[in-house]
Amino acid sequence: MSAGNLLVWVIWVATAIICVGSALAVVIFRNPLFSALALIGNLVSLAVFYLLLSAEFVAAAQVLVYAGAVMVMFLFVIAYVGWETDVAWSGGPSWQTLGGITAGAAILAELLVVIALKAGGQLSQVQDVGQAFGSPRSIGRVFVSNHLLAFEVISIVLLVAAVGGVVLGVQKRRAEQERST
Amino acid sequence: MLGPGIPFYLGVASALFAIGLTGVLLRRNPLIMLLSVELMLNGTNLALIAFARQHASLTGQVFALAVIAIAASEVVVGLGLVVAMARKKIDLDIDVLSRLRR
Repeated sequence: MSAGNLLVWVIWVATAIICVGSALAVVIFRNPLFSALALIGNLVSLAVFYLLLSAEFVAAAQVLVYAGAVMVMFLFVIAYVGWETDVAWSGGPSWQTLGGITAGAAILAELLVVIALKAGGQLSQVQDVGQAFGSPRSIGRVFVSNHLLAFEVISIVLLVAAVGGVVLGVQKRRAEQERST
Repeated sequence: MLGPGIPFYLGVASALFAIGLTGVLLRRNPLIMLLSVELMLNGTNLALIAFARQHASLTGQVFALAVIAIAASEVVVGLGLVVAMARKKIDLDIDVLSRLRR
């Protein structure tokens, strides 16, 4: 095993531990503020994975859009609504907890079995990529040529979501005024 | 390709997806449910990018960017609902809000 290969393995194992650990922390922490902070760690570790998979532009977008914009919005909303701790796991009966954990474990076991069955064959054949793979230039070229329709649909979805956010905010304010008068 | 192969990345991706699914099913706080949905989307993203690397095709990365955009718009609407709940002084508990219409 060459030195470079060993280095990538060490980085990969450390990133995987951070990634799964912070994902568990998101679900386990009772305080939404701590969960959001754990998710930021998770997103950054995913960006490291993307870099290892030579997806530089997606890694940059992940840190900018997710860890930057989306999580700041999350933290603002958590600060707005307050961070009262909720009841441990769920307020419902314990069969709900049991069923949830069983469903998650079943999905995980299924996925892992399928991956393990295919790991030796097709999945182990990785094609070589050049330096330009995953660069903004090549991504942009593919995005606005082969996937132009998807690009336009995404912009419409973002517009609709922005309008929806405004509508949700404005209607409540009107309702509050009616209540106060 | 240096380091672990594609199946290792897929294993981490499925772990993320399963953890997020468990969070959505177990937690009652809508904020933490949204965070868990983000976990699930990120698990799928990691799988998409791993497959893009395997086939040396950029389509998977383009799709991952589309998923990031969809996740951002989902967060806008979800957080809008949470803020609306807080303004109406509804408890942040999904069991209270079993119907959207009150």
